[in-house]
Amino acid sequence: MIRDQVGMRVHLSSKWTIFSLVIFLAGVGWIWISRVPAGSAGSQFTAARQGFLAPDFSLQTLTGETVALSSLRGQPVLINLWASWCAPCRAEMPAIQRVYQDYQAQGFQVLAVNTTNQDDPGKATAFAQQLGLKFPILLDSNGIVGQQYQLQSLPTSFFVDGNGIIREVVVGGPMSEALLRVRVEDLFKDSR
Amino acid sequence: MLPVIRLGPLAVQTPGLILLAGLWLGLNLAERHTEGSEVNASDLSNLVIVGLIASLVGARLVYVLRYPAIFATSPLSIFSLNPGLLDLWGGIAAGLIAGVVYGQRKGMRLWSTLDALTPALAVFLVSLGVSHLASGAGYGAPTNLPWGIQMWGTVRHPAQVYEILAAAFILWAVWPGKPVLRIKWKGSSNQPPGWRFLSFLALTAACYLFLEAFHGDSALLPDGLRTTQIVALILLAASLWKMGEQLKRMPKETAKQSEI
Repeated sequence: MIRDQVGMRVHLSSKWTIFSLVIFLAGVGWIWISRVPAGSAGSQFTAARQGFLAPDFSLQTLTGETVALSSLRGQPVLINLWASWCAPCRAEMPAIQRVYQDYQAQGFQVLAVNTTNQDDPGKATAFAQQLGLKFPILLDSNGIVGQQYQLQSLPTSFFVDGNGIIREVVVGGPMSEALLRVRVEDLFKDSR
Repeated sequence: MLPVIRLGPLAVQTPGLILLAGLWLGLNLAERHTEGSEVNASDLSNLVIVGLIASLVGARLVYVLRYPAIFATSPLSIFSLNPGLLDLWGGIAAGLIAGVVYGQRKGMRLWSTLDALTPALAVFLVSLGVSHLASGAGYGAPTNLPWGIQMWGTVRHPAQVYEILAAAFILWAVWPGKPVLRIKWKGSSNQPPGWRFLSFLALTAACYLFLEAFHGDSALLPDGLRTTQIVALILLAASLWKMGEQLKRMPKETAKQSEI
């Protein structure tokens, strides 16, 4: 009787070992079969999404110059979509300005895109002057960039590396200064 | 996709909200099924709360330690609400350590506690899939299959839907109070300690191992190997090995009535 019971356990255990080995070998095979072919990563597509090429745009600044995102290829860029009436946008702008000052010499650029279709150019100008912003303030007068970047909430920030790839999207705010500095340093690493 | 819900001036991050809801629902389910087990419902919920708080604190502390110079220039950022300033592995380690310390102080047995937590983990896994659907994370690789969906410039696998379906299957498989993995036991109380949790771990690892192949955002190792699949294979092998060990130690009467 005892021998039968022990035999039952051994039988069950050996069946389990065979089952486990089959599963393991199937897993190894599946990993090998499903490898990612070279050059098929997401970065070949354009989308307002982490890991994808940032959609290009060209907008006028408050002073009437035209700035295109594609002209900044090779430099890490922070695209920040904002409005003058948005409290978190106002709260994070001083930190963005400080980080811009510290990293500008290394090639870091900020494109502060004012969602002018839901704001006022006069208020945007006053906002920039009041906070002493030195980076380009772009006017998205007809909301095209907002659409391209699937804007759902203000502020929204896109950290773009020197290859034009979006490395992170931060929806909402305010972003802390430490977050900005860490992400900008990461952008420099990714751009190398 | 719905990454943000706008409530007046507030922008609520939908994925975070879904994960919180999943945690709450899962913990509720786990607490309701502690009756008859060695684990006390209030100990279980306290364990989770202690683990969560320790995870958050640990994740922030490790992040600060990774970038000491940056936090020295803006020390107030240590208390920032930005979830981007959290270290995932630091958080997991801190949560586990706090959980183990709390469990030991309360005299909670490891495998029985993990079994009791399994329904909560399974519900959380479903909510993780839903949160990915909301945020767009874990999106699919390009495909020509008829059920592919148009997303970000091409037709892709609905990878988040696969993830939700797999998680729902796992939840059904480990639902409290019924035998797991077609092992026929005399009664649920005759299952070896840890069997439910190990089954959950093995099924989850197997699903991730299989489904990661359809993802378009996999973290890659050399030769195009996917990191998630390698980790899943290790977890799958470890859980199957441990389940085999549990089968060897099974009580004699239970073994006689068991069948794979």
